[in-house]
Amino acid sequence: MSKTNITRRGLMRAGAATGAGLALPTIFTSGATAFTNEPTGDTVTFGFNVPQTGPYAEEGLDELRAQELAVEHINGMGDGGMLNTFSSKVLDGTGILGKKADFVTGDTQTKSDAARASARSMIEKDGVVMINGGSSSGVAVAVQGLCQEAGIIFMAGLTHSNDTTGKDRKANGFRHFFNAYQSGAALAPVLKNAYGTDRRAYHLTADYTWGWTQQESIQSATEALGWETVNNVLTPVGAGDFSSYITPVLNSGADVLILNHYGGDMVNSLTQAVQFGLRDAQANGKNFEVIVPLYSELMAAGAGDNIRGVYGSMNWNWQLPDEGTQAFVRSFGEKYGFPPSGSAHTCYVQTLLYADAVTRAGSFNPCAVAEALEDFEFDGMGNGPTLYRGADHQCFKDVLVMKGSDNPTTEYDTLEIVEQTPVEQVMYEPNHPMFGGDEASLGECNDGA
Amino acid sequence: MKFLGLSKKDTTFLLIVITLTLLTPIILQPFPENSTLAQFNAGYPDLMQRFAIFGIFAIGFNILFGLTGYLSFGHAAFLGVGSYSVVWMYKLLGFNVLPGLLLAIVVSALFALFIGFISLRRSGIYFSILTLAFAQMSYNLAYSVLTPLTNGETGLQVYGNDPQVLMGENAPDSPHFFGLVMNESARLDLGGWQFTFNNGYYFTAIIAIIVFYVSLRIFRSPFGLMLRAIKTNQTRLNYTGLNSRPYTLAAFVISGMYAGLAGGLMAAMDPLAGAERMQWTASGEVVLMVILGGAGTLMGPILGAGFIKYFENIFSKINDQVLQGWFGFLPDGIENFLIGVSHFFVGKSWHLTLGLLFMLVVIFLPGGLVEGGQRIAKALRKKRSGDDDDGTEAQPSAAE
Repeated sequence: MSKTNITRRGLMRAGAATGAGLALPTIFTSGATAFTNEPTGDTVTFGFNVPQTGPYAEEGLDELRAQELAVEHINGMGDGGMLNTFSSKVLDGTGILGKKADFVTGDTQTKSDAARASARSMIEKDGVVMINGGSSSGVAVAVQGLCQEAGIIFMAGLTHSNDTTGKDRKANGFRHFFNAYQSGAALAPVLKNAYGTDRRAYHLTADYTWGWTQQESIQSATEALGWETVNNVLTPVGAGDFSSYITPVLNSGADVLILNHYGGDMVNSLTQAVQFGLRDAQANGKNFEVIVPLYSELMAAGAGDNIRGVYGSMNWNWQLPDEGTQAFVRSFGEKYGFPPSGSAHTCYVQTLLYADAVTRAGSFNPCAVAEALEDFEFDGMGNGPTLYRGADHQCFKDVLVMKGSDNPTTEYDTLEIVEQTPVEQVMYEPNHPMFGGDEASLGECNDGA
Repeated sequence: MKFLGLSKKDTTFLLIVITLTLLTPIILQPFPENSTLAQFNAGYPDLMQRFAIFGIFAIGFNILFGLTGYLSFGHAAFLGVGSYSVVWMYKLLGFNVLPGLLLAIVVSALFALFIGFISLRRSGIYFSILTLAFAQMSYNLAYSVLTPLTNGETGLQVYGNDPQVLMGENAPDSPHFFGLVMNESARLDLGGWQFTFNNGYYFTAIIAIIVFYVSLRIFRSPFGLMLRAIKTNQTRLNYTGLNSRPYTLAAFVISGMYAGLAGGLMAAMDPLAGAERMQWTASGEVVLMVILGGAGTLMGPILGAGFIKYFENIFSKINDQVLQGWFGFLPDGIENFLIGVSHFFVGKSWHLTLGLLFMLVVIFLPGGLVEGGQRIAKALRKKRSGDDDDGTEAQPSAAE
């Protein structure tokens, strides 16, 4: 019925054809640009890669609003927002180096694969020079690696894992957001004042990179206070029902429950912990307490009354009194009608910082931009004086310790600021063991040439 | 003309497929760079590579589903296994893709043998559920249990301090095939058009053509006939004294190898392997691709794969700003109305458009896009030759 007729001549012919096919793409010379996607027209394109579907879609859409606002301000539309309070004054509302800022958007779906596909299409099809956004550390690490290979700048959005600027740090990647270690360092003194030094903690941890690094950071910060860690239970991401994980907590001898969860998981686990009566319970002769190390406005809104009195930390909050925050909240509020979230803030600031660095460097070349961002000190962006450390591309600034408000007046002030932890307290060495130790390195800056 | 043991008709068919595949970078770039329709151009490396890779995945899936009728809901597991194999080879040996791809095929074959051996004891819905369970198990293992092997949610990546023992002094530091670097492209500017000829695309495309040829041979072989017999009436086949399980198992392993190869190629184009590649949604996607294109046909799975990937990558990027650019010339009222309506079908709502199209295809073209093509061709032919229909068209057509 079927017979294979492979003759020597046929095989050679096929081989030659394949060879010609392989050689075909190399006949044409590649374009002679100095670096990846060098902007040649009168516009420059940014890629805003955020989750628009999936569990973090709400945050992604808020990031997108802020990024759009940042582009408007760079192009001189609107009231200028934080450009008026930013300590560097090189951006004057005429675009960047005479080019109008433009942007394309993509959906990361909170999946590394989808995020990289979307980022690659931005780089290859739309010719972006910078990618900004994201709402998950796994995605941030994946896209950061891609930008490094492609030779463009990655300005990370919401990513809290130590790894982003720790063991996975890259020369082309920059993070403004704070990290799990800083959360632990900022929370510890507040927890000591509120709950004392003799406590026994029980951790429920989301079972992925971010959860692990946060748990490790909080455990070491609380153990330094004299607390004891009773148990650490890993829970699957997106579990929905945490009752089977919460039931054993009360009889474990612990008197503090630490929820290393984010987004919908945190809303569910906290709500269930409260429903199970943990917050009214007594253990070891003390009131049982719950802690959520990383807070966001959207989580707070989701958890409702259950977060009253619960401690956590944030990168930034719209209720801060400084000028920069007020300018940003005003222009965001006028455009969209509600205050911005922390993830919106970090993306807005990252976009402005990138534009500023390009202007100061006088070039869109990623290596020149990276050099301008490294060890850059600035103020007026809502977090007080800030340093973009050159050794690991992490921003150092004050960290906010938050508490679920006892008497919220609107749906936007469900969290209140307990303390603004000064930056000295959350500093660490670039070769800190939680950040990859001595082995971690940024590698070489890549401009794709 | 006969070519590599194919009939004349199949040779023509294969040549058409080869031509289309090699000209893809030009065909997919129909609009000039600066026109508003450039949004719909798909001729950039990442998407073209995806077309070829998911084409391979769907061709392989079709050997199982299209021929034997066994609906596997767990094929994404092999995709993931293939990707992890390739990235591990990068980490241990170096950035040449060949060892990784070979390992990907071997590992996914063993994995398919194991899953198939157990799952194929049942048929119909029970088989589907068993494969789904295995795939979901693999996903969870990769996501949070076997993290030293898979790096969990972050995905497996190559680090500077990995051994890479076979890496030469001047070897490229990104995936390559004996020096042919995957992410390098040549650009050709012709008038307003820009064409990108990417090494990685041609590498996957040539592999896709080879595996397409293999699947063509399987379709036309006695083995393929036996698989079709299983789909038509397995009970009857068993009554004739034939044991059908070795055949289904072979088909399962072959399609698992195709999936492993596709997964390996994904990592060959982009050196990262993530656990979500194994999630059940990825398994479901390939089922959609095959049904949308036309199950049991040769060309259908490739069309379906291209269709879905096109929507995922092109429609999801049309945001309100782009819409404003299109409708900006209209009066404000109409503009806002049109943007308001389109808003629900593009950007983050691209799933909705795809869902609607999928429904339309399944209801009106049960044979998939291929049936649509056949109907058009038939209508055209009828027109040309009047009503002089010799009846051959009415017969259930062969596998194309």
